[in-house]
Amino acid sequence: MLVISQDLVDAMVAHARADHPDEACGVIAGPAGSDRPERFIPMVNAARSPTFYEFDTTDLLRLYRDMDDRDEVPVVIYHSHTATEAFPSRTDVSYASEPEAHYVLVSTRETGREEGPFELRSFRIVEGTVTEEEVRIEVA
Amino acid sequence: MSIEVRVPTILRPYTSGEKVVSARGTTVAAVVDDLDARYPGIRERLIDDSGLRRFVNVYLNDEDVRFLGGLTTPVADSDSITILPAVAGG
Repeated sequence: MLVISQDLVDAMVAHARADHPDEACGVIAGPAGSDRPERFIPMVNAARSPTFYEFDTTDLLRLYRDMDDRDEVPVVIYHSHTATEAFPSRTDVSYASEPEAHYVLVSTRETGREEGPFELRSFRIVEGTVTEEEVRIEVA
Repeated sequence: MSIEVRVPTILRPYTSGEKVVSARGTTVAAVVDDLDARYPGIRERLIDDSGLRRFVNVYLNDEDVRFLGGLTTPVADSDSITILPAVAGG
């Protein structure tokens, strides 16, 4: 189960809308071992594509160094789908390399850049196997 | 001569959970070969027939080796290598 604050959910959705129709991506870091997403880190989609996302290689190194210095891990790795459902694609599964992360998908296919209903779902992706999990949103 | 290598979570099963290990070698490829001698199987996760795997990033100090000389990039004592899987998808 992913337990996450309403503010962080809003931040992911806002990022996904702002970058629509391209995919948006980022990380929510949290203290190692806590499983608590706390620090919102939107990343640039170096692919700038409606069907693919990739963290820029230099940004990726900086991100991991920064998390290491703070004793954090990527608790959530999020990205958007802009024309399909919020479910991991085959590509998502083949690239997934953080077995302890919650992979959050946001779909903006219904409303694009506008306000309105959105889909947000969370998954574990471990050795090619996708398992959906419950998302509990906590209002501060 | 010893190079510090930072290992990502996904490869730590090969290094008994160690996050930072030491290896020897004068090029990135030689360091990877030495790693594989110490931690058998790790090489295949990093390199395929065409070279460095598409979804693996290897950094020499602060630079992605793809922007240097790839696997033939020279490595000196006191350099550090960081391995990070790409964060990507569709």
